[in-house]
Amino acid sequence: MAKVIEGLYYSESHEFVKVVGNIGYIGITDYAQHALGNVVYVDMPDVDDDIEIDDDFGAIESVKAASDLKAPVSGKVIEVNENLEDEPGLLNKDAYENWIIKVELSDTAELKNLMDAKAYEEFCAE
Amino acid sequence: MNNKLYGNLIFELSHSGRRAYSLPENQFGHHTLPDFCKREKDAELPECDEMTVVRHYTNHSENNFGVDNGFYPLGSCTMKYNPVINEEVASMASFTDLHPHQPIETVQGALEVEYNIQRALASITGMADVTLNPYAGAHGELTGLMLIASYHQQRGDKKRTKVIVPDSAHGTNPASAAVCGLEIVEVKSTSDGLVDVNDLRPLLGDDIAGMMMTNPNTLGLFEKDIPEIAKLIHECGGLLYYDGANLNPLLGAARPGDMGFDVIHLNLHKTFSTPHGGGGPGAGPVGVCEKLIPFLPKPHVSKTKDGFVIEDSENTEEFSTANIRISGYLGNFLVILRAYTYILTLGKKHIKEVGPFATLSANYIKECLKDDYELPIDTLCKHEFVFDGLKDKSTGVTTMDVAKRLLDYGYHAPTIYFPLLFHEAMMIEPTETESKDTIDGFIEVMHIIAKEARENPELVKGAPYNTPIGRVDDVLAAKHPILTYRQLINDTEESV
Repeated sequence: MAKVIEGLYYSESHEFVKVVGNIGYIGITDYAQHALGNVVYVDMPDVDDDIEIDDDFGAIESVKAASDLKAPVSGKVIEVNENLEDEPGLLNKDAYENWIIKVELSDTAELKNLMDAKAYEEFCAE
Repeated sequence: MNNKLYGNLIFELSHSGRRAYSLPENQFGHHTLPDFCKREKDAELPECDEMTVVRHYTNHSENNFGVDNGFYPLGSCTMKYNPVINEEVASMASFTDLHPHQPIETVQGALEVEYNIQRALASITGMADVTLNPYAGAHGELTGLMLIASYHQQRGDKKRTKVIVPDSAHGTNPASAAVCGLEIVEVKSTSDGLVDVNDLRPLLGDDIAGMMMTNPNTLGLFEKDIPEIAKLIHECGGLLYYDGANLNPLLGAARPGDMGFDVIHLNLHKTFSTPHGGGGPGAGPVGVCEKLIPFLPKPHVSKTKDGFVIEDSENTEEFSTANIRISGYLGNFLVILRAYTYILTLGKKHIKEVGPFATLSANYIKECLKDDYELPIDTLCKHEFVFDGLKDKSTGVTTMDVAKRLLDYGYHAPTIYFPLLFHEAMMIEPTETESKDTIDGFIEVMHIIAKEARENPELVKGAPYNTPIGRVDDVLAAKHPILTYRQLINDTEESV
C-alpha cells in the first residue's frame, strides 16, 4: 500500500505540495515512485523560473518510462533539490522527504483544487 | 571455451603486430604522403589473426536471438517470419548491382517493381497513391505530417498548428509531430481502451491540422468509432492520419482508405515481412488520398506509354509545398523488393488470411492465459493484447521478472511497461506465422512461470540463469552507460 501523509496537498497526476507559510515543497508521491520503478534521472527547472499550474516543470526518467512533472500550483522556483542530480534514487527511498523543487506560491487559492490525504488515498484506490 | 559464455571484446584479443593478411613485396618504391595527411599517432585498431577474428564474431552471433531462432512475441513489433525467398530475390545481382544514377532505360525492371508495389500498397490500404521514399516508420510519420502541413499551408490556412494524438499512441507520434513543428494535443482513452469521442469534441477547432490514430490501437483493440471521428476531424477542417504500425490484423479484412483516413504510413518491416529489430533497415511508405497526391515527395515513379519514369522536381533548392524531399532516391530499394516478393508470394487470395490468423493466434493466447495474468480489458482483441502483470500481485513478482524468466525458457520477452496505461503492462503479439505447437509451448511456459511466482517467487526475481549474462543492473546501465571500449578501460583504471 502506498504511503499517504496527512496535511499535504495532492494532484491527480501524483505530485504533492507541502505548504509552509507561502512556500510550497513540490515532489512526487509514494504511489508515483512505486509506479515509476527505479528512478534514474530527474530533470528540474532552474532557480528563479516561473512555473504555471498544470504546465510541465520537469520530467522523471525511470527504468520503465519517462514522465513529465506537472505543476500542481503556480509560483517562482526558489530552490531545487540538488541531491537528486547525483542520487535520483532518493525518490524511491522516500518520495515525501525528498521534495524536488521549492516554490514561492503565487496564489494560495490554487491549493483548493488539490486533494487532501483522504481524497488522494481514495483516488489511488480506484 | 564455453561459446555461450563468450564475452571478450575484439580489443581484448589484440596482440601488437599480429596480422590476418600478408601483402606481396612492394615492387613500386615508396611514395610518402604529404605530412598534413598523416596520422599523428597510431589508429589503435585491434590486431588479430584471421582465425581469432572469425571465431570472435561467430561466437558473438551465436548469442543473438532472432525470429529464426525462436518465438518472438514482441508486442507492436510484428516479428513475423521473414521468408527466405525474399532474401533470394533481394540478393539477385540484377538488383544489387544497380546504381541510382544509371540511365533510366537500363533500370526499367527496378522501376516496374517500385511502380507495382506503389499500386499494390495503394490497393491494400485503399489509398490513391503511395510514396516509397521514407526509410522507416517514424520517417514515414514525419513525411505524412509534412504532407498535412503542406496541404494546409498551400490553401493559405496557416492557423492549423495542432495535432491530436491519443494517450495510448506510440511515442513516435508526438515526437514526429514535434519534429514537424506542430503542437501536440492529447485525447484520452475510455475505460474500454478506445479513443474517447467526448474528450475529443472540445479539442476540435480551426487550429487543428489533423489527428493521428493507430488502428488497432496499442492495446490491440479495434477503434470502433472511426467513422464518427473521421467525420468530426473532417468537419473541423483537419486531416486524419493512420499510423500503420498495427496494420497486420487488417490485411485483407479492412482498408484505412475506406474508413476515411487521408494519410497512412506503413511499416514494410512489420506487416510485409522484411527483417527488422537489428536485422535490417526498415521502410516506411506513405499512402495518401486523391487530394494529397500533388504533395507526395519527389522523386516518384510513374508509368507512361513509353515506360516507367522518375518524376522529380526541377528546383530542389527551394522549399515549396509541392516539393517535399525526404530522401535522395526512391527509398530502401532492396527492402521494398523483399516486401514486393512477399506480396506476390501470398497473392491476393492468401494475403487475406494474414489478418484473421494473426487475430486468432492473439486471442487464443489471451484466453488461455487470462486465469494467471491480469487482463484489464477483457474483450476480443486483434493482433495483440496487453496483460497488466500476474493476476496474483501478492508474490511481488513483476512483469520485468516474468520477462526475464521467459529468456531462461528460450523465448524472446514480450514488450513490457508499454503502453503506459497500466503499471505492469506486458504486450504480446504472436503473429500469423507461428504454428499451434509453438504457441501452445509458449502458453505452457507462461503457466509454469506463474506457478513458479506463487511457489518460489525468489527464483523468478533472480532470472535469467540460462543466458550468457544474468540479470543486468538496469539502473546502473541507465545512469552510467559504457558506450566505448576506451570508456571501459578508463572506468576500470579508475576503480583499481
